[in-house]
Amino acid sequence: MAAANLFDKVWDAHTVAELATGETQLFIGLHLIHEVTSPQAFQMLAERDLPVAYPALTVATVDHIVPTDSRQRPLADEMAEQMLAELERNTAAHGIRFHGLDSDYQGIVHVIGPELGLTQPGMTIACGDSHTSTHGAFGTIAFGIGTSQVRDVLATQTLAATKPKVRRITVSGPLGRGVYAKDIILSIIATLGVKGGIGYAYEYAGDTIAALDMEGRMSICNMSIEGGARVGYVNPDQTTVDYLQGRPHAPTGAAWDEAAERWLGYASDSDASFDDEVALSAADIEPVVTWGINPGQSLAVGDRLPRLRGVAEEERDTASAAYRHMRLQENDPIAGTAIDVAFIGSCTNSRIGDLREAARVARGNRVARGVRALVVPGSKEVTAQAQDEGLDAVFRDAGFEWREPGCSMCLAMNPDKLEGAQVSASSSNRNFIGRQGSPTGRTLLMSPAMVAAAAINGAVADVRDMLPAEAG
Amino acid sequence: MMAGSERRRLSGRGLPLPGNDIDTDRITPARFLKSVTFDGLGDAVFVDERAASAERGETHPFDDARFQGAEVLVVGKNFGCGSSREHAPQALLRAGVRAIVGESFAEIFAGNCTALGIPTVRASATAIEQLQRQIGEEPTTLLEVDLDEMVVRAGRDADGSLVADAQLEVTMPDGQRRALMSGAWDSTGVLLANREAVAEVARRLPYVEGDQ
Repeated sequence: MAAANLFDKVWDAHTVAELATGETQLFIGLHLIHEVTSPQAFQMLAERDLPVAYPALTVATVDHIVPTDSRQRPLADEMAEQMLAELERNTAAHGIRFHGLDSDYQGIVHVIGPELGLTQPGMTIACGDSHTSTHGAFGTIAFGIGTSQVRDVLATQTLAATKPKVRRITVSGPLGRGVYAKDIILSIIATLGVKGGIGYAYEYAGDTIAALDMEGRMSICNMSIEGGARVGYVNPDQTTVDYLQGRPHAPTGAAWDEAAERWLGYASDSDASFDDEVALSAADIEPVVTWGINPGQSLAVGDRLPRLRGVAEEERDTASAAYRHMRLQENDPIAGTAIDVAFIGSCTNSRIGDLREAARVARGNRVARGVRALVVPGSKEVTAQAQDEGLDAVFRDAGFEWREPGCSMCLAMNPDKLEGAQVSASSSNRNFIGRQGSPTGRTLLMSPAMVAAAAINGAVADVRDMLPAEAG
Repeated sequence: MMAGSERRRLSGRGLPLPGNDIDTDRITPARFLKSVTFDGLGDAVFVDERAASAERGETHPFDDARFQGAEVLVVGKNFGCGSSREHAPQALLRAGVRAIVGESFAEIFAGNCTALGIPTVRASATAIEQLQRQIGEEPTTLLEVDLDEMVVRAGRDADGSLVADAQLEVTMPDGQRRALMSGAWDSTGVLLANREAVAEVARRLPYVEGDQ
């Protein structure tokens, strides 16, 4: 058999038909839904009198609108309550599994899929959420869709899709101390641009990626879309298999052995070809901070803000707009930029490893006066694990608020929002204007450990100066 | 197939919207996603930017009286990046947008537009700049997006027919073009027709269990 990459193997296995438009009808093995992008899709089904074709292949949770302080029903926000109630009704009416507020597995949809072992190598996964690419960390083809496509998946378990090209991004060498997966993906986006991935799926490869745990791989695949790529994936290996073993939906017994072997077989063949190749050296990656209004506008924490005249001509308008919104000065150092809010959470960085790294920085320190600092775990399971390890106490003692799981201030559809022109150090994925709930709010994206460092200093700071010495 | 769903040629006046990397949070801020329907989203289009423009004493293109009633949006690079929210094209549609001409589009956004029957066609940076300038100078300019010939014509409206004085070559992914032209952009019916083939793939996939 000819050498193939993972994308080709998985795509071919899920191809139902070639459509008259030239598009592929692609079978979706796992459909994840939440309260924001599904109600209109169920309404469209009702209007057409269509049933859900494969209800066992759809799983629902509630995450975007969930308050992270009181989860008392009915929710204080009437619209939020209505959205949750609608999801409860729709999932009950169609026999779809739903992890609601009272489930031990409620959480951000891209955190709970892997935790439950629903996400498995070789699958196709779709969800009405652009960060569905997260699941690519397991060697899946996973991508975000709009509500009309949610309707299509509910009605047919398939989508009309066009096969993208595949770009392999190889990252090599050991990561420096205080440098995390978040810094890798922000560096990739800075290198290739926020639209560099349009038309591509990204394969993240190389020994730096192979050395990451599943959580780090998820952080990287999660932000593929910020680089313009709808899909990002990592080849499954023993790390992937080990993560899945014993998860609620992972196979057991003889089926486990068969599955584990099959999963490893989805990895790109060693002589597979790619439409494009890019290489990065981990040695060049430092802790990264965004300064602008898209995730490609970033710099190393020790660097100075770019001079407009040095910015590539086609990026200059966006850079000017960024300076206007962010109220930052050309050539100033980014370190020392004062912050008002620190947010640790989101589908990018709210997993146990993220909280452990942030807690290492927070332990024994205090959040700076005047800074509001929030830790929002990604799921109930992350919450339970963190509490077992005493991380909640570490954060509370340091002056952070310890919250219930949800999307929270990543997109501010719940009560957690920036106010006015506040500056937020955030472990989330988007620094778009208005993203964190205030039209004039300002967001600096960084790793969770860097957010903790900023919270304690009251300003952007180099986490490497704050990590305990034994970090090595 | 819905009657009249074929999208071969669309014409209307233009609305120039300068700037690159305009994300879907800017088109429809997240607070407008707090709803179980898409109703009323037309008023949400660029709502925060429009308010900010007004505060600066400027007029946002969507509030510019010269462009009222425009149906063809003309944008820069990477339009619609970020969140997959279909609320963004739903809001544009409700604000009267029938077609979008731009330098490039984020993929999910372009797919969502296709699913609503809104063509998103791409032209060169120079062509977009010229087109935006032409509309700015003469807001009554009529644009015709022709998916048959893959051109956008610009000119004046002579009793309902276009007298073109400019024509630009445009591109779009072939699958989207054919879906729009054939009326298959509302894909559910097409996908449902292959029910048996779908069941066959489900049976073949090792991870799909038992009878579905």
